[in-house]
Amino acid sequence: MRDVAILGVGQTKFGELWDRSFREIGIEAGLQALVDAKLSSADLDALFLGNMASGALIDQEHIAPLILDYAGLGRRHLPAVRVEGGGASGALALHQGYLAVASGLYDYVVVGGAEKLTDVPDATAAEITSSAADHEWEVVFGATLPGLWALIARRHMHDFGTTREQLAQVPVHDHAMGSKNPLAHFRNKLTLDQVLGAGAVAEPLGMLDCAPLSDGAAAVVLGPLEIARRHTDTPIRIAASHVACDTMALHHRKEITTLESTVFAAQRAFAHARRAPRDVKVAEVHDAYSISALVALEDLGFVEKGHAGPAFASGQFGPGGSVTVNPSGGLKAQGCPFGAVGVAQVVELVRQLRGEAKERQVAGADLALAHDVGGTGATSVVHLLERAA
Amino acid sequence: MQAGIVSYGAYVPRYRITPKEIGRVWGSDGEAMGQGLNVHRKSVPSPDEDTITISTEALRMALVRGAIDPQTIGAIYVGSESHPYAVKPSATVVAQAVGATPNLTAADFEFACKAGTAAIQTCLGLVGAEMIRYGVAIGTDTSQGAPGDALEYSASAGGAAFVIGRERVICRVLRTLSYTTDTPDFWRREGQKYPSHGGRFTGEPAYFRHVTECAHQVMDASGTTAKDYRHVVFHQPNGKFPQRVGKQLGFSEAQMRYGLVTPFIGNTYSGAALIGLANVLDRAGPGERILMVGYGSGAGSDGFDLETTDEIAQYDRSFGKPVQWYLDQGQELTYAVYAKFRGKIHMGDD
Repeated sequence: MRDVAILGVGQTKFGELWDRSFREIGIEAGLQALVDAKLSSADLDALFLGNMASGALIDQEHIAPLILDYAGLGRRHLPAVRVEGGGASGALALHQGYLAVASGLYDYVVVGGAEKLTDVPDATAAEITSSAADHEWEVVFGATLPGLWALIARRHMHDFGTTREQLAQVPVHDHAMGSKNPLAHFRNKLTLDQVLGAGAVAEPLGMLDCAPLSDGAAAVVLGPLEIARRHTDTPIRIAASHVACDTMALHHRKEITTLESTVFAAQRAFAHARRAPRDVKVAEVHDAYSISALVALEDLGFVEKGHAGPAFASGQFGPGGSVTVNPSGGLKAQGCPFGAVGVAQVVELVRQLRGEAKERQVAGADLALAHDVGGTGATSVVHLLERAA
Repeated sequence: MQAGIVSYGAYVPRYRITPKEIGRVWGSDGEAMGQGLNVHRKSVPSPDEDTITISTEALRMALVRGAIDPQTIGAIYVGSESHPYAVKPSATVVAQAVGATPNLTAADFEFACKAGTAAIQTCLGLVGAEMIRYGVAIGTDTSQGAPGDALEYSASAGGAAFVIGRERVICRVLRTLSYTTDTPDFWRREGQKYPSHGGRFTGEPAYFRHVTECAHQVMDASGTTAKDYRHVVFHQPNGKFPQRVGKQLGFSEAQMRYGLVTPFIGNTYSGAALIGLANVLDRAGPGERILMVGYGSGAGSDGFDLETTDEIAQYDRSFGKPVQWYLDQGQELTYAVYAKFRGKIHMGDD
């Protein structure tokens, strides 16, 4: 297996992009990444595209060749593959792209993630995204993603004494970070009282505990590390890329306050890279709901199980803490276009490792972790990134 | 002489329901919903009221107040998105009811919430061209939101009629222009009982873009700024949108005060901006400048630069009720009676 580097990154603004089409944002992110990698589309060997539900959301399947075609590459006859894994689709596409370059089959690969969630009514989008849970055993009986995550939150509060206020710290933190991100869906800061006072979505989760429905696209260009310096002075090495899955339905899990898919993906990634959670200085973790972030920080090994609430409230994951979490603003503030999320996390971390994150820059960032989750944890993907020596 | 408003009348059904009562039935925090929308109550028509009866009430008031012989009316246009018939005009029934038939032209207009202002523009053209002596433009609706939908908290009933002519003009139309695009923010297909809408898409790219652009274009063409107007009236799908757009355009609370009626009667759709204008004219003396900008989904805005004349000092408003009376009074209904009145209860095989 060859070492794989990230040579270029690109991302559209996240938000309600009502005047832009799916193909338009997909192409914008991809072209930005190619330009950043000093590559032309003629150099490209393959495309992997993460997307959760284009068919239901925009009545368009078969989107990987669509993006290639409208990028002007329709007659190059390149391989283009769509990858789907619920909310983890983007990270899963990156895993596939990584394997493709590492195997030696392709040299230059674009990994994109794109989703257009706001072209359908909100209730329809909520229905469609809830299909990342088990339709036959959960969704049919009325469960939605926020409802299922609310069950996890309740149990976490019951087992570990996590408080409503500790949950509310997560969106406050995310919006403070997102306020410095020009691509973020939301750039307003939130107070604890605003989060606590927002209407309930699924108790104990309120409206401001939940990530928004966003449109957006992100892309990275991958290539073999050995030739990476032809393209960039600061190649970022993918130190590990691991995926783990779990039961689809929450009720089949031994316990619901732990996502074992995250535990296994993280353990494999740290073992592969011969690193430990304490080495990570900056991380983008899945925070579709406030509880998701707390559970993730525990399952990734940044804090002991059950202790994320008080640790978060103490500032351990804020600027200057042991690991700075979600400098982009996370899914909550940067936005949550499902298939684009996992790629956007990596775009942010590449900027952090290159030292290009401006106001958001985390000092001394040399090892970064990206963590993406599909549904309630049937799929988790963990990437470790580092500045190449 | 320039065409303008000669007389007007407004009518709002007597029944009201509160957002709190609607929310009680659907398990929502209706009070918070009402506060968010700035709608305290909405009007509800009786089972025997519809766009035709409301239009007729409003026009009768306008004709008596203006001492206008119905036989001198050359055109009646009824703007609404809730005409009782898909085929068969509301305007002919209204014309017959007020005694204006047979020597006139009549038609129904539909442009979501701005069909009434579009009818005013048409009448201005006919009157200005001296094809007719008086033209009547009416904006009325008895619209509904689907049960439990956000629209149900605001969709109400009411209307206003404006007589356009060249003689005894109480309010001159200094300028009117429109801003129109294909923007599908709200629609109801043939045969559908309740409208559909694009949620948050009805805001920025729809209402705010069209109203703002149209207002700017009217003021640019007239060489005016917000401070040149005593009153401003916007289309008001809820109480919040017009306040926000007014603030963005530089208007004060005082300028918006009388033109904003939706908080007290709900969104009367085609009637909304026109009832707001009637409320302003109820209080206006000579020489008061008024900016009115309507909005209809689908989408477009009609802007009007208006100014009251000396004639308004002699205008006899004694017949009928002032708009304020409709804003203050009303008999509150439970959701059950409201559901019966609005035909939401399934009565069997019909």
